[in-house]
Amino acid sequence: MSFDYVAPPAAPGYTGFAEKEHHHDQGGDTVFGFWIYILSDCILFATLFATFAVLRNNFVDAPTAAELFELDYVLAETALLLLSSFTFGMAMLCATHRKMRGLFQWLGLTFLLGAGFLAMEINEFVHFTHEGASPWSAGAWSAFYGLVGTHGLHVFAGMLWMMVLWLQLRRDGLTENNEVRLMCLSLFWHFLDIIWICVFSVVYLMGVL
Amino acid sequence: MAQLHSVDETGHLHGGAAHGSVREYLVGLLLSVVLTAIPFGMVMGGFGSEGLAITLILLCAIAQVMVQLIFFLHMNGSSQQSWNTASAAFVVVLVGILIVGSIWIMQHLNHNMLLGH
Repeated sequence: MSFDYVAPPAAPGYTGFAEKEHHHDQGGDTVFGFWIYILSDCILFATLFATFAVLRNNFVDAPTAAELFELDYVLAETALLLLSSFTFGMAMLCATHRKMRGLFQWLGLTFLLGAGFLAMEINEFVHFTHEGASPWSAGAWSAFYGLVGTHGLHVFAGMLWMMVLWLQLRRDGLTENNEVRLMCLSLFWHFLDIIWICVFSVVYLMGVL
Repeated sequence: MAQLHSVDETGHLHGGAAHGSVREYLVGLLLSVVLTAIPFGMVMGGFGSEGLAITLILLCAIAQVMVQLIFFLHMNGSSQQSWNTASAAFVVVLVGILIVGSIWIMQHLNHNMLLGH
């Protein structure tokens, strides 16, 4: 058996060589593809939120959420993450205007705010576990750690990414590739802040009521 | 095909994601602070009934998500972003079905099992 392959007729204007415009398109497609990833991540969080909503009152013998949650502590965490979302926006503006010094400063500040948020969250988890609200103590706490912990893991991943991108920017400057990477990380970081809005509203504020 | 969602008037590429301005980010930050302060203040101060508090918490959360989508992620429903907006709308529907459906089913299950009644 043999196959005679006949190439389809070339589109008008097709030269067979990649052109500048095509290269541009790839960057845009990358960001759009990353947007699709973020939307799929939304579905992941939706399942965790649904699980939490179903299990939220099943405390059995463990301490309840209303007993343990401290809202001023959560407010401080919220402030750190919201500010970091703003500082990342400032970093993006610097990148648009090719201000490298500003870009590194704002990016560094974003990293520190993210680290502060993560440290507070880990501290909270350790405290809760010591108080008897461990992930294995009750269904509600399993759902709590599953949801809030997954968000924390995302923040951690974003910070690792930020460190790598920092080194890439130091080494290569604002190349087209690095600009696309920065754009994707910016979408990711703002997305994490949006998820946190749902977390503090549904988990913490409603948990205390 | 080339102009699907990638290149804007200035020739910049971002798959429908646009740049903002300092003013835009500041307005976004300010609105977010207000929309965070309202529900926290209400719950921490213990104002109003539980039903009112839950309504307000949910309304402020939805408003703040919209604020951040518009001022931080620069979504504006323009034709350049039609694919971004369409895919996001699809996911909003999926998330709604997932969450509302799960709660609905599990509550009925609880009821039919006569647990705690």
